Amino acid sequence: MSQALVELIQAKFPQAVIETHAQHGDETVVLEAAQWKAVHQFLFSDPRARMNMLMDLTAVDYPERDPRFEVVTHLLSLDKGHRIRLKARVGDPDGDDAEIDSVTDIWASANWMERECWDMMGVRFRGHPDLRRILLYPEFIGHPLRRDYPADKIQPLVAYREVDNIEKLPPFGEEEGMPFGRQTHLGVPDPDADEDAQVN
Amino acid sequence: MEPLDVELDEAEVEFPQEPMLLNVGPSHPAMHGTVRCVMELSGESINKVDVQVGYLHRGFEKMCERGTWTQVFPYIDRCNYVSPMLNNVGYALACEKMLGIEVPERCQYYRMMLGELARMSDHLTCDGAMAMELGAFTPFLWMIKGREMLWDLFEEECGARLTHSFGRVGGMAHPPTDGFKENALAVVRHILSIIDEVERLLLGNRIFLDRLEGVGVISAEDAISLGWTGPCLRAAGVAYDVRKAHPYMKYGEVDFDVPVGQASDCFDRFMVRIEEIKQSARIVEQCAERLADSGPVNVDDPRIILPPKEEVYSTIEGTIQHFKIVMEGLKLPAGEVYSYTEAGNGELGFYLVSDGSGTPYRVRIRPPCFLVTGGLERVITGQMMADVVPCFGSLNMIGGECDR
Repeated sequence: MSQALVELIQAKFPQAVIETHAQHGDETVVLEAAQWKAVHQFLFSDPRARMNMLMDLTAVDYPERDPRFEVVTHLLSLDKGHRIRLKARVGDPDGDDAEIDSVTDIWASANWMERECWDMMGVRFRGHPDLRRILLYPEFIGHPLRRDYPADKIQPLVAYREVDNIEKLPPFGEEEGMPFGRQTHLGVPDPDADEDAQVN
Repeated sequence: MEPLDVELDEAEVEFPQEPMLLNVGPSHPAMHGTVRCVMELSGESINKVDVQVGYLHRGFEKMCERGTWTQVFPYIDRCNYVSPMLNNVGYALACEKMLGIEVPERCQYYRMMLGELARMSDHLTCDGAMAMELGAFTPFLWMIKGREMLWDLFEEECGARLTHSFGRVGGMAHPPTDGFKENALAVVRHILSIIDEVERLLLGNRIFLDRLEGVGVISAEDAISLGWTGPCLRAAGVAYDVRKAHPYMKYGEVDFDVPVGQASDCFDRFMVRIEEIKQSARIVEQCAERLADSGPVNVDDPRIILPPKEEVYSTIEGTIQHFKIVMEGLKLPAGEVYSYTEAGNGELGFYLVSDGSGTPYRVRIRPPCFLVTGGLERVITGQMMADVVPCFGSLNMIGGECDR
């Protein structure tokens, strides 16, 4: 990761940069969503940056924030060996209009990663040639990596068989797992949850 | 019954004019792992492909958000189930980067040895399966025999053949066993002899070479644009190896070469893996020399590492420490980190987001296989139907990692 790149972006797109930080040595630039593609195109083609590889593209859901999602990319320059992380914040608290420009025509690798991001998080990518679900099936409702998607919800494509006298183990319920560790994590409180889960 | 072709005039046979739609997979012997290819064929050549993955999706990233940071290890194991030790170490390094700690030197060499042995097992499986799919069953059995020896070694170290869950944040679950070094070196020697035999059996085989050479060619620019890493990218002539480009642990201090291909075809991908097994053997030998026989394996920090069992049962400090780590989980500072290591198929990245509690807020696994499989469409479009098998085999798609 490289500080010079951050300065390069700040110099070229002074309005687009919302904030920067470098936690654990990873330089990060938070961008205006409108400038998302322009900055990526610049980093790809500028000879000082030459970020020829889109290493990772994903999103993080913060249900209590507005905009709700953070779309995150990690870029690498094979020639120069430097890396940078770019972020943009999109979507209202309902998560309906999360939309950002696609970078598929800069890097082919964005194709599948944006499809995965749409599938898992429900962030739409404008200009993506083929924005279908990729890991889940087309009949699936919702986006499972959103924090308000219940972890124990099941949507079987083929209905489960009814078998008598079989004690079915419950799916991993809300009250299971690590109750102490999850204090700050219940993004949207579930009114139906029992008292134990609420305390935790 | 009369022969069907008794009065067959070939000029009168009507061949279909329309392209044919053919479905291969998800459960098909050539599609090891579970992946489905819907192809539009014109005669025997492929016009269009739709590669569909996700049949092995188990929602690991969601499950990771429910336990402690330590409880992520079993999921990581099950991503690349052929080389879980590399994944374990990669994830442990990501957490350690966030905590700002470095494990003792003995642990680093131990992790490197285990990791390189796992890489050998990964490449043996891929090359063996590739040969088997082209009809060469003997090399497959030999290579799987070699893999079995590696897994016996892992079983001796950690008790499990396949899903080790052996890594820990800040160290390993157990120090090396007494005979580890000698056993590892013996196994490595044996595997090198297996590789030698396999090379003699396959590389003079006309059928094998004809099926691989010049098949599934992809340019270096395309490979980079597709986000390929690991052996597939190196076969395209790009010498990018995380171990060399951004050395972690002690990779900067050991001597090894990064093999690259020239033609970027299936044969190069096969040979890069063969060569990497030999390079891994070199690393294992060098690490075995430097791995100390005694000394600490885990960091000396009671907030991170579980106390020894004797202390848990005899001292109040030990009990409290144990309780805190088990019940609350270790606390990673709030923030985010991206850490990357060279796994069997390329750069395995972990993008971790922590909110300061004992539970991960987001664990994003950057799977090398997912992106490599994303390039399958480009590799096989325009090829013959029969070439799908070696092309797919040479990409080494691991379903667990691709679909998570």
